[in-house]
Amino acid sequence: MQEKQNISAFKSETIELVNKIINRYPEGRQKSALLPILHIAQAENNGWLSTGIMDYVALLLNLQPIEVYEVATFYSMFNLEPVGNCVIEVCQTGPCWLKGSDEILAHFEKRLGIKPGETTEDGKFTLKTVECLAACGNAPVIQVGTDYHENLTTEKVDELIEKWKAENKVSHSNPYL
Amino acid sequence: MARKILLHDIDVANLTDFNVYRNLGGYTAVEKMFKNFTPDQLTEEVKKSGLRGRGGAGFPTGLKWSFLDKKTDKPRYFVCNFDESEPGTFKDRHIGQLNPHQLIEGMILGSYALGVRTAYVYIRGELFYVLKIIEKAIEEAYQNGFLGENIKGSAYSLDLYCQPGAGAYICGEETALLESLEGKRGNPRIKPPFPAVVGLYGCPTVVNNVETIASLPWIINNGAEAYAAIGTEKSKGTKLISACGHINKPGVYEIELGLPVEEFIYSDEYCGGIRNGNKLKAVIAGGSSVPILPAELILKTAKGEPRLLSYESLEEGGFETGTMLGSGGFIVMDDTTCMVKSLLTYARFYHHESCGQCSPCREGTGWMENILRRIDTGKGSMKDIDLLVHIAKHVEGNTICPLGDAAAWPVASAIRHFREEFEEHIKLQQCRFTK
Ligand SMILES: Cc1cc2nc3c(=O)[nH]c(=O)nc-3n(C[C@H](O)[C@H](O)[C@H](O)COP(=O)(O)O)c2cc1C
Ligand code: SF4
Ligand code: FES
Repeated sequence: MQEKQNISAFKSETIELVNKIINRYPEGRQKSALLPILHIAQAENNGWLSTGIMDYVALLLNLQPIEVYEVATFYSMFNLEPVGNCVIEVCQTGPCWLKGSDEILAHFEKRLGIKPGETTEDGKFTLKTVECLAACGNAPVIQVGTDYHENLTTEKVDELIEKWKAENKVSHSNPYL
Repeated sequence: MARKILLHDIDVANLTDFNVYRNLGGYTAVEKMFKNFTPDQLTEEVKKSGLRGRGGAGFPTGLKWSFLDKKTDKPRYFVCNFDESEPGTFKDRHIGQLNPHQLIEGMILGSYALGVRTAYVYIRGELFYVLKIIEKAIEEAYQNGFLGENIKGSAYSLDLYCQPGAGAYICGEETALLESLEGKRGNPRIKPPFPAVVGLYGCPTVVNNVETIASLPWIINNGAEAYAAIGTEKSKGTKLISACGHINKPGVYEIELGLPVEEFIYSDEYCGGIRNGNKLKAVIAGGSSVPILPAELILKTAKGEPRLLSYESLEEGGFETGTMLGSGGFIVMDDTTCMVKSLLTYARFYHHESCGQCSPCREGTGWMENILRRIDTGKGSMKDIDLLVHIAKHVEGNTICPLGDAAAWPVASAIRHFREEFEEHIKLQQCRFTK
């Protein structure tokens, strides 16, 4: 309850977007907006869903908080713990494995000094493994925010890490904007 | 060159723009529909075309539409399944990002036939960038009078929206998709009732795959007979095959159903052969859920006939020596591939993606993953092989939705065809392929 008070409401543009999305469903079916709104909420809350932000979403959609928690815990794109600024998701399923995703993951682990599920001490990077991203023809594949990076090699990984470091990459931003 | 229906214009620059699509004859099927077809006639036309669902199950599309409950006065819904999460499958993304208007035109045709006023495209959340391409195209379709009130002066009105998922393979199963679209966990529903009677918000609903829907404009423009003239007796028309793995040219290819597998793998028009001149070892022909086949059985059936890319030819021999066309996700493995490790990645996938509602699937997928990891890391025993077969057999057919079967079949088929390799892995206590 205490946490709730700390949550600042969405900006007015975000509220406008939320209302536009709610209008896509029949009267009384605003719960259908939950997944799109959670994507937005996560982006606006540093890339993860705190209890506070989920309670706020429940309020917006006129739902019980539990209805939000049970959904947030089901879908793998929702982070329930704080993450780094740049979340790197490495695909591990068969087709990517055939094309060397193990080496790509190992290279990220070595370069960043973390294992999947961990965040670097400076809070800049989080490493995650994910399942097939529907880009297997260009394996190995990673996703960062809404961007796909395909046909990866260890050299390309090095270039990407340098680039992200230089620009202080933040991977979570409102996916609708 | 094979005939192109779905990918005919795919290389045209700026095809995502309404005007470019329109100038290539886009949206003429909608105009023709208003002039020549009642909704029921349109359904008949799709029935006559022989089009079968491209999402994996291959169910006849027109027949599925005819099951829609039209007796109630509830609204009806048409939903496009753009979840595309079956490993090895990346064909719908190709259409969505390069030719979104083709999908929208198909959505209008299907919605009209079904008497639908509101339709949704449910797209996996990872593909948000494709969602935005489709949303922009939808906006253009509204601006040009192909969506919204009284489309092109007809009395027909349609609203179309795009909805993101959030990372859950199970939401590709159509009832889980509907739950997800209602803002809930993606738990598959017990059937019956089928969505045609009780679907989205409890209303009659049809769910179709992206590729199925994108095939509709061509069928209406060119006629059901023209479509049915392509392909084989039981497999009409063309199919997108997304080919990946150890081939020289991975990518999305449109084939006329009935193309020999050997030609698909080795000709330069398609996969261009195996990388580095290596030998073909195995193929998973229809997305990770279908049985794997060794080289000799994917190139030729057990009867010695050439294996074709069609529903019936791939099924020839049943699960003993055959497989399925599935989603058309074609995963090719050369002779450097370890079958134990390959299978482990799929077992982990199904365990991760099980929604957890039924115990055989929730527990069985975890057990299969653990046993395979044990074998992979050199700690397996010979008994583990039969244990895997035993678990797979008890998961299959004992669950609410087909994810249980999808998790069991890869395990059963890999052991059926590559048992010695599993035994060798256990004996050596390590992988022969790791350098
Ligand atoms: C576990 C599971 C995952 C599925 N994933 C997809 C998918 O990603 N895309 C899809 O179109 N169909 C998928 N299907 C099939 C759908 O349930 C449904 O049959 C299909 O969307 C119907 O469309 P169609 O008749 O046009 O093929 C899946 C089925 C199961 C059991
Ligand atoms: S078979 Fe698996 S995925 Fe399907 S409903 Fe049961 S537990 Fe869920
Ligand atoms: S397996 Fe990685 S994108 Fe499909």
